[in-house]
Amino acid sequence: MSKLKIMLNGIIKENPTLVLVLGTCPTLAVTTMAVNGLGMGVAATLVLICSNVVISLLKKVIPDKVRIPAYIVIIAGFVTIVSFLLQAYAQEVYDALGLFLPLIVVNCIILGRAEMFASKNSVGDSFFDGLGMGLGFTLTLVLMGSIREIIGMGTWFGLPITKGLVSPMTIFSLAPGGFFVFGVLVALVNKLTKGKVLKKRKSACAGCPSAGACNQQEDCASAQQ
Amino acid sequence: MKEILMILVSAIFVNNFVLSKFLGICPFLGVSKNLKNAIGMSVAVIFVMTMATAVTWPIYHYLLAPGYAYMQTVVFILVIAALVQLVEIILKKYIPALHKALGVYLPLITTNCAVLGVALLNITEEYAFVPSLFNAVGAGVGFLVAMVMFSGVRSRVETADVPKSFQGLPSILIAASIVALSFMGFAGVVDGLFL
Repeated sequence: MSKLKIMLNGIIKENPTLVLVLGTCPTLAVTTMAVNGLGMGVAATLVLICSNVVISLLKKVIPDKVRIPAYIVIIAGFVTIVSFLLQAYAQEVYDALGLFLPLIVVNCIILGRAEMFASKNSVGDSFFDGLGMGLGFTLTLVLMGSIREIIGMGTWFGLPITKGLVSPMTIFSLAPGGFFVFGVLVALVNKLTKGKVLKKRKSACAGCPSAGACNQQEDCASAQQ
Repeated sequence: MKEILMILVSAIFVNNFVLSKFLGICPFLGVSKNLKNAIGMSVAVIFVMTMATAVTWPIYHYLLAPGYAYMQTVVFILVIAALVQLVEIILKKYIPALHKALGVYLPLITTNCAVLGVALLNITEEYAFVPSLFNAVGAGVGFLVAMVMFSGVRSRVETADVPKSFQGLPSILIAASIVALSFMGFAGVVDGLFL
């Protein structure tokens, strides 16, 4: 597989949020404004690239039995570094993301890619996989953030858009709006791909670190259909 | 006493972890399909959340706070992962009946953002030890309430005739949106109750 293909795979064909439906918590929580979505996306992308590269480098060293704790420690290390960087250079984004910054550790996208891709592929491929998946995640977050910010607050990246035309529907900035916009976007993806993505979603379970121990696999797969 | 009641009501209803804080969405969407699994999962979450808080709070305040606060994320996730393993082993050995009921759900919980979330929240909110424990219990019970309610909603959605593109996940998300809307009715209740 060429590097470009690996990257595009993450952005479109296996978009982590809309096709694989991984990492739903940050997707719903931080997308109240486009700029927060962008911040979260960039932070997660940095962690994803770094952890993918390191895990791919260490794939022969890490014993199979303790691989999940090892991955978690590597990821947590990079999350700490990224949150320091944000705190130093982008204080506003750091404050807006709040709790969800340390929670990148348990973002299923990152652990899922470590398990499904980085632990089996070369360092270069893992880098591009991380970049592609990260970009896919970022784009989705910015898209969702834009929709919710424009409808909910009448602004886009802080610029007034619908001022004087329509009054903002605050509900879109609140929790119910998050579920609603996400539901509509997933339905749109279903419509555009004519249901082809449903098969992919089943394999998302394989990316879950607990899949082996999980008796819910059938349930989980059918729940996502 | 008043503070603890306020924390409980706030964690269960007003700031419900799933429906207003968006923590623990994956199990909320994945396991809420039938009532039995929903309850099993929620009880396991309450259990692990309380245990995790009981362990991470002293670790943070006595070991990390004097100078190593930046290790918070790494230490917390490791402690929670180890704790879940330990609980599973102990339950298996000594209380097999409980292990049988909760065992399936325990490994799933390690990487549940609600558990790490409540441990981190207790630190950022600067709760003392006992209020932290109640916050954890409240968050867990809030999860249970959301799961049980939603599994009921979901069994109706599943048999409903929805447009093809909306079948499955999208219709579930939109149902969740309406359930979240109903929980917004609790906003401000805490202040009114305890004034």
